[in-house]
Amino acid sequence: MRNIFLFIRRFFTLILFFVLEGTGIYILYTYNKTHQAVLGTVANEVTGTISEKYNNVEYYFRLKKTNEQLAAENARLRSMLPTSFESPDTSHVIITDSLLKDTMGVRKFKFLEAKVVNNSVTDENNYITLHRGSLQGVNTRMAAIGPDGIVGKVILVSDNYCRVMSLLNRKSKVSAMLKNGFYTGDLEWDGTDPAYLKLSNISKSAKVQKGDTVVTSNISDQLSFPPGLMVGTIVEVLPDKASSFLSLRVKSATNFSTLQYAYLTENLLWEEQKQLEAKTPKD
Amino acid sequence: MSSLLKNIIRFILFILVQAFILDKVPPLHEYVKPILYFLFVLWLPFSINRGMQMIIAFIFGLCMDYFTGTPGLHVVPCVLIAYLRPFLLNILLPRETTEVSYAEPSIKSLGWAPYSVYVLMLTFAHHACLVLIEWLQFGDFVFFIGKVAASTAISLLLIFVTEMLFPRKAKYRTNTA
Repeated sequence: MRNIFLFIRRFFTLILFFVLEGTGIYILYTYNKTHQAVLGTVANEVTGTISEKYNNVEYYFRLKKTNEQLAAENARLRSMLPTSFESPDTSHVIITDSLLKDTMGVRKFKFLEAKVVNNSVTDENNYITLHRGSLQGVNTRMAAIGPDGIVGKVILVSDNYCRVMSLLNRKSKVSAMLKNGFYTGDLEWDGTDPAYLKLSNISKSAKVQKGDTVVTSNISDQLSFPPGLMVGTIVEVLPDKASSFLSLRVKSATNFSTLQYAYLTENLLWEEQKQLEAKTPKD
Repeated sequence: MSSLLKNIIRFILFILVQAFILDKVPPLHEYVKPILYFLFVLWLPFSINRGMQMIIAFIFGLCMDYFTGTPGLHVVPCVLIAYLRPFLLNILLPRETTEVSYAEPSIKSLGWAPYSVYVLMLTFAHHACLVLIEWLQFGDFVFFIGKVAASTAISLLLIFVTEMLFPRKAKYRTNTA
């Protein structure tokens, strides 16, 4: 027994070193798995408050750009109003694409506007903090979209703030499709340039051209993005001879470094869909 | 100003500078990322014992992590450099000037060349550890080497600019304090 104490005393620094490193690695890996960490929500609240104070100053310098962004978005939405269309005669009917828009009359998506208070683009795994939390009805099934395109997915919620895993994150994977032909693939980020994303697993039968639009798909596995939202445009088709799939380099529609406002969306029919899918017979 | 108060102010300042200035700099290249926050650990006074140094580094790393979003990522390299620090200092501290001992590592207390070696070694250790954690999750070997080299270079530049801009008054460690 005495020897054990002597041993501990002698190698106290080394043991402490291993204990602290072990704790660090433990925190790193459990956080990555569950998105919850020691003091996660409390720390989120504290860093959120500091970030908000900083953003109050930074926001001022970007007012003009933010204004332009929101005005452009308003114009786009206005042009989609039914009153903006006029049929030449009564036999002409405007057909709304039922794939992209829900015409059932049941509200499927809820939107919540949120201010971006902290944002990074330089890390390997980037996160965004929004000034909306569980008190305002945010939950971890929500997705975040910006004025120009999609932004990411909510992973951590505290009382007044939520943390969004941005598309510029190595762990982020979003289902997206080509507007031309509706071919679905996985949208990821390779960590190099914050302006470009990678769309993989697109079937080779797709006729892809530079400049084609990529939108969110109507198959949402985990995320609640409304289908048909702008993701970006194709800038390059990366040849992959080994597989029967294409990889595309996509210019992101959202400019992550100037992002000031985002909308949180929630799929209200999510529970129903999942319940039905769970009932699928196994054989 | 007491050493404790000074270090608490430094603690807060380094985290804020890293989180709100250096992390907001638009990336020049995938490999180049300005990292300066760990200078806090390099500047800790000599008088703190080794166990305490590591615990301070742990807390410091964790605070940094909550700002960047991945808890644990900065903890591991911070504790590592806090552990390696005393070994390096033992080798680099001038032996002949035992009667004049300074409060903390600086250009004045160690001398130009030893201080540069001290900074270079610990910066390299820190970045290698930080990038290794990222590399284990993804990436290739060129990414690892390239990022460690480029980030170490830019960090060294930043550290020496900081030393020039904010010359610390080299305080003697006295028995009265």
